[in-house]
This record gives sequence, C-alpha cells and structure tokens, in this order.
Amino acid sequence: MKHLLSIADLTRSDLDELLDLAASFLSVTQRETPKVPALRGRTVVSLFFEDSTRTRLSFETAAKRLSADVMVFSVATSSVKKGEGLRDTVATIAAMGIDAVVVRHAAAGAPRRITEWIDASIVNAGDGRHQHPTQALLDAFTITQHRGRDLSGMRVAIVGDVRNSRVARSDVQALSMLGAEVTLVAPPTLLPETLEGWPCSSAVDLDPLLPDLDAVMLLRIQHERDASTRFPSLREYTARYGLTEARARRLRPDALIMHPGPMNRGVEIAAAVADGPQSVIGEQVTNGVAARMAVLWKLLGAGGDVV
Amino acid sequence: MSEFVIRGGEVVDASGRRTADVLVRDGVVAEVGAGLEAADVLDAAGAIVTPGFVDLHTHLREPGDEDAETIETGSRAAALGGYTAVVAMPNTRPPLDDPTVVRAVLAIGTEALCEVVSSGCITRGRAGEALAPMGELHALGVRVFTDDGSCVMSAGLMRRALEYSRGLPGAVVAQHAEDDSMCAGGSMHEGAVSSRLGIPGRPGEAEAIIVARDIRLAALTGARVHFLHLSTAASVDLVRAAKRDGVPVTCEVAPHHFTLTDEACATFDPAFKVHPPLRGAADVEAVRAGLADGTIDAIATDHAPHTPETKERPFEEAPPGMLGLETAAALALTELVEPGILTLEQALAALSWNPARIAGIDDRHGRTVAPGAPANLCVLDPAATWTVDPMALASRAHNTPYAGRTLRGRVRHTVLRGERVVLDGRATR
Repeated sequence: MKHLLSIADLTRSDLDELLDLAASFLSVTQRETPKVPALRGRTVVSLFFEDSTRTRLSFETAAKRLSADVMVFSVATSSVKKGEGLRDTVATIAAMGIDAVVVRHAAAGAPRRITEWIDASIVNAGDGRHQHPTQALLDAFTITQHRGRDLSGMRVAIVGDVRNSRVARSDVQALSMLGAEVTLVAPPTLLPETLEGWPCSSAVDLDPLLPDLDAVMLLRIQHERDASTRFPSLREYTARYGLTEARARRLRPDALIMHPGPMNRGVEIAAAVADGPQSVIGEQVTNGVAARMAVLWKLLGAGGDVV
Repeated sequence: MSEFVIRGGEVVDASGRRTADVLVRDGVVAEVGAGLEAADVLDAAGAIVTPGFVDLHTHLREPGDEDAETIETGSRAAALGGYTAVVAMPNTRPPLDDPTVVRAVLAIGTEALCEVVSSGCITRGRAGEALAPMGELHALGVRVFTDDGSCVMSAGLMRRALEYSRGLPGAVVAQHAEDDSMCAGGSMHEGAVSSRLGIPGRPGEAEAIIVARDIRLAALTGARVHFLHLSTAASVDLVRAAKRDGVPVTCEVAPHHFTLTDEACATFDPAFKVHPPLRGAADVEAVRAGLADGTIDAIATDHAPHTPETKERPFEEAPPGMLGLETAAALALTELVEPGILTLEQALAALSWNPARIAGIDDRHGRTVAPGAPANLCVLDPAATWTVDPMALASRAHNTPYAGRTLRGRVRHTVLRGERVVLDGRATR
C-alpha cells in the first residue's frame, strides 16, 4: 500500500491491520514519552490547501510521535498565493526529497491527481466532498474500542449535511465493511440525489431511529459549500435534526455520540449533549492521532518494528 | 491554372456512392468519371472521396486565448480532421457580439487551412440581457447565432431573438441547452458516479427543460432553433417529437457524447470534464439511436482547447471542454459505422452536408461532387488505424480524452478551394 486516498481502496484485511496498528499506537501515545523511532529519517509534508485545525495538527502530531521530520506547507503564506499551480507546488516539494505528503484540498480527486505527478506516498486528509479516509479510520477505531471489531448488526446513524460530507462518504464505507448498518439521516436536500451504490440506507426522520442506535454521528452544516440554501433556517434544522437534550435522552444509555468536528453547538448538537457522558467526541480526537500514526507507519515504515 | 486528379477512390456524397476519379481545376471540380488524367495525381486508392466536413461547433479561442488555440492552429487541426469549414464559437475575449470583432476573425480566417465561418452572439457579452446586433452581424455573413458556453436563460429574451431572426434570411439561433440555475457549481453528470465521487452534478433534466422550452418557442415564432451538443435521451426524444410535429428544429451531438460515459470522471482527470457533461450509458445509447433515425442532424466537435496548466487544476476547478477536430471522423467510423449503427453515408451526412445546410454554407460545402462544385473535399482512408497521441495533435492544446485510444479511419488528403491543405496525412502549411 503506497497511498491512502479512499476507504474504497482498502480490503477488509487492510482495514483490520490499520485498526490493529491504531490500537498499538494508542498505547504508545499513552506512555510518559509518547514517541517511537519508527519513522526516523523520513520526511512527511503537510500540505493543506483548505482550512483545518484538528486534522492538520493531528497528522503533524502523529508524524512527530513516529520521529519523522515534518515540513508544514502553509498555503496562506506560500507561492500558491502568487499563482503557482498545484502541479508545480507538489513538484517543488517532491524535489526536496520527501517521503509522504498529507494533502487536504477543496476539490475532489486532488490527492489522486498528485499521485500521478510525484513519487511520494500521498495521504488524503480530505478532498472536497469526496473522501476523508483517516477520519473514517478513527471513527471506526473509536466505535470498535467500545464494541469490539465485529460491528455486525450494530446500528449507526450519520445525521446532517451528508451531501457535502467527505466524512459520511468515508464512514459509510468503513463502518459497513465492519458489518454495521448505517443510516443516513437528513432532509432530502442534504442527501445526495442518489444513494445508488452506497452500502447504507437513508431516512428523513431521526426520532424513530433513536432508541435502536448504537452510535449517532452528527455532521456540521457546511455553509461554505452551499448547504444553507438547501433548507429554510438553522432553527428549523435544529428542531428537526439537532441532537437536543430531549432527543439524547431517547438514546440507549450505551449509545455513543460522535462528531467529526468542528462542532456548531446549539445547531446539530446541544452543548450539554456534546459534553455529556455518552459523548466520545474527545476520544475521537485522541484516537485520530493513533489512527494517523497507523496510516503513516503502514505507508512508510512497513517492514520495521512498530514500537 | 492548377489542375490535379484525385484518382482511384470511391466518391460518396449526398447523391450516393460510385467509384470515380475527380478532376480539380482552378479550385473547382471540373470532371468526375473513370480514367481521368492530369499531370498531378492525388492517390485515393482504397479511400473515400467525400465533400469536406463542416464543424458547427469549434472554439478557435482567438481573440483572447491564443495560448490555447489560434485560428491558424485550430484550422490546421480542422484540415487534418477532414474539415473544410468550421463555425467559430463566440465565447472569445472579446466575444463575437460586435461587427469589429467578427470582421477581425473573418480577416484572419482568410489565411486559415479551412474556411472560418463566424458565429455571432445572441446577446451582448453573452450576458443574456439584451440582443446583440444580430442584423449587423448578419450583414457580415453570420448565420449561426449562439451564446454557446452560456444558455439564454430568459424565455422572453429567447423569444425576441427568435422573432428577430425571422427578419434575417438563413439565420438560425443555436442554444447551449443547460439551465444554469440547475447546474450551478456542477462539474459532471448528476448521477450515481457524481454521488460517489462527491462532485456536484449537472442533471440531464437541466438540458431537457431548455430543449422543451425552446421547442415551444420555435413553434410559437416559426423561427429556426438548433440545439448544440445534445447529450440526453430525454432531449433526443423531445427533438424527435418536435420534428414529427413539423417544428423547425435541428440538433447536433458531440463525439464524446456518443463514445464516453460519466464513469470516465472517476479518474478525476479533467480531460473528461465538459459541458454538457459525459452522461450515463443509456444516454449514450439514445444519442446513437438519434443519429441512426435522423433525429440528430449533425456530428459537431465542440472542439474546446485548454492550456495544460488549466487542465492540470483539480477536476472541479478545471475549465470544461475537450479537443475534437482531429478525432471526430475517426470516432464516427470506429464507434458508429464499424458496429453498424450508422451507414457510411449517414456518418458522412452528419459530418458534412447536413451541418453545411444548417450553417447556410451549402453553396460551397457539403455539395455533391460534380462539375462546378467548389473543390472542398476530403479523402478519407476508412481502414487506416492510428493511435491518438495528444502531443502529436496539431492543436496548441493537448486536452483530448482519447489519449492512447486506437481508432480506425484517417484523413489522407484535404482539399480547400482546390488547395491541397493536407497531403498524405500532413498539413502542407
């Protein structure tokens, strides 16, 4: 495995291996010195063309805990602002002699195109509405930490702006591969026009599903991608789809409440619910570092010792 | 006096097919028959001699985007593709909405390797708000009026354009039928593939809605409407019914819409990005059937050169469009004639005499190969195979979606007003 571009490229055994690795690296991150020399001498570039806080920091932390050298390419202060094209930007970075590029881009497929231009391993850290595979890995990892590896018969609802969500596209593939039954819940205007080929079902009503869910994942409304023109008001959205305290009370006590972040408290999730006992949102962030360590090690360190 | 004979080919035109030599003298067909002699011989053995092709839909990019194509390079690509005339689309910078710009294009076009026919805008600046000076453009010879690249969204303004065109003999209003409000932000066909890729779509209904509307406007006004690059089954059905009802509509299909589907976009290669987008397999079948039953009058390339740097942007950010002039005839032969969907005569009709009639240039293009006809001819070797190499194309740009594809059918010679502009597969200037 040279690149991680999409969950669709993974086999079940790839996924199992990455989840096993994530578990090993999670224990590393909990040590007093949370660092291993696995990728010493390797260089990982973080190349974010789109705003990000948690994913970028999570990848950089993961790389550093593996002892890789990390170069941060900040688009805001770079030659991109001077009109440089994507191909020239990545060719320049590649010419410096690097091993992996972690790419986020507002356009679907940008990481895949980069694999055709340079030799380094490419990790997709989110491309447009297409894929965010490491988010799916950390989400699957978080659920399996609580429920075991086999998610057969477990019911997971992903609620909100599915249409614009690379997280939803990736999560559906990863969770269904592990056996979970995923239901996408949103007003029809926030679902893709067709779910043909998606291994999941959909619903327009959240309330009837609540008592049976093993996990519920709330998605942010992506105003920057035209979502706000697709329903009348945030007030109406919250009334129909927000995980309010009243709705959260109808969940089973062991149901997990998840959010890929960033959260809009009071819109898709009530503040008290986000901070409540069933929320694993903080765990997701912690697990994100371990999952990304797993990916970087799998792409760059295969053959060596894990810890 | 210049004189040569095109010897040993099979002549195919609107009147049928026969084995004959063609004697060309002073830019005109002088004689057609057996055993013609001239000092100068153009070999057509094993080949088809046909009226030169006519492209209703070429983006020459000049003025404004000469780094992607010029009238010279585009006309060379056209000649190599067997075309003796192309209709230059108006979305240049500045656009072809002003007599001065049209005059300039026509003037440069006199040096080109094919006849450059200027289209003219329907609306000023292609902005869809006020009529362009259609009468002034008509006086310069413009017959095809279009805002191509943009759809005339206002039904009221489209009606006015159609009514006005009735006062301009030979004029046709050509619509890029895609409802903007349904396509905003869309980069590919809306369907299962776009849903999976997370790329916003352009639904097929956006085309059919405008086609349905403009058929009603053609019926209301009695003016001719031509639909550019139709791509969906629903649109073909609408045009079929309209023609049955006697509404004065014609339409064209681009080669990519009868050869490629939206699955190609899963590569994220912007070579496959085009408006209207590559559709599903059922739509491809429907446009093929539309060509076969005559609903679709013409094959038009929508030749749309873009520089490598713009086509190296990510899919959603890259400009739409693909090259077409040098591959269209071969694709028609390989994908339509060889599988038996069209006869050779049908394919040539769609490439030559039908579009010549629509563009109002059938006095000099697409004519029966007979004494007195201007010598605008193509000699096509239907058996020759070749592999598409983007860097070997004559266009300034390289954005063909057929890189590496092996096609059957290659232009051997192209004759423009008696001049051999392509000889043995090479442009002579």
